[in-house]
Amino acid sequence: MSKANLLDRRAVVFELLRDRKGAFAIGGLGASTYDIAAAGDHDRNFYLWGGMGGAVMIGLGLALAQPTLPVVVITGDGEMLMGMGSLATVGLQQPKNLSIIVLDNEAYGETGGQTSHTGGTADLVGVAKACGIGDSRAISTMAEVEAFASSLQDVTAGPRFASAKIDGANLERVLSSRDGTYIVNRIRGSIGHTPI
Amino acid sequence: MHARADTAASWPEEIFSILQRFEVRQVPYVPDAGHSELIERVLGSSAMRGIALTTEEEGVALLAGAWAGGQRGVLLMQSSGVGNCINMLSLVQIFRLPFLTLVTMRGEWGEFNPWQVPMGSNTQGILELSGIKVLRASHPGEVREVVEAGAAQAYNACTPTAVLLSQRLIGAKVFTK
Repeated sequence: MSKANLLDRRAVVFELLRDRKGAFAIGGLGASTYDIAAAGDHDRNFYLWGGMGGAVMIGLGLALAQPTLPVVVITGDGEMLMGMGSLATVGLQQPKNLSIIVLDNEAYGETGGQTSHTGGTADLVGVAKACGIGDSRAISTMAEVEAFASSLQDVTAGPRFASAKIDGANLERVLSSRDGTYIVNRIRGSIGHTPI
Repeated sequence: MHARADTAASWPEEIFSILQRFEVRQVPYVPDAGHSELIERVLGSSAMRGIALTTEEEGVALLAGAWAGGQRGVLLMQSSGVGNCINMLSLVQIFRLPFLTLVTMRGEWGEFNPWQVPMGSNTQGILELSGIKVLRASHPGEVREVVEAGAAQAYNACTPTAVLLSQRLIGAKVFTK
């Protein structure tokens, strides 16, 4: 069930990561991880296949540990709703290098397309703003995606939050590695940490 | 009401020194009376960042991100918070995290509030079923060596570890009108 004027999720994520430079990208479990994989594998891709509700907190831990590098969390509305309290935690910490973008199809696409709360009454941009993330915006055009992509490189002005309403079409899965130890050690290696 | 040991350094102070020595940087917590002195020390430290959470599972995910970014952390919580963490504890095994949590116990040793008992009784079992080694300190004089051992095996051997700080150690909460 596609509505008109909704963004294509793969195009959004491709644009976010096209000129990523040193940015870390965390993908919430499900389609967001496939979208990041589809944009191209990278040492600093943090693919999640579980831990639902944890994507923003993983981003926060990474952002606090590496304050000079951009960190972007790319997740879905269902995953974000499960970790909504983490927006309050981010609001309190104010990490300048953390950006969060929700790919909002108003549904649990991975489990059969059941309607999520954002398809009803919940407004995640309002939640983020009310939690103290001052730069919180709704995105509905690719020009706004481009602006968000360049702003996430600014590690002095975050945290920032965006929600992009995307087309609900189920796209072909692009499977990333699902070996967590490999994924984390590869990220650590990219910033000069050797295995224990 | 918390009994203080009659020693040079209080046991929370001893824990703080151990965390300093192991270069712990991120300290996520959900407040608990038993952790209040340690939390104050962390919040007053320039080397550590105390991070208040809305729920304990946030701390597990935070520590995964911290580790990916090259920093060590420790999660401070109460026994009831262990139950909130269960699914997120998957990350500890999946990422082979050097995970350390210090858990103040409720629901045991003279507990007044029956609502604390079900979770307090199952805290150790849940942690062990989640692949986490459990150590326990019940007396002020043993806190240092138990926390030191826990930190060493967590950080040096990537062996996920929980140290339970007994209600006998922290003192049963006194409810008065």
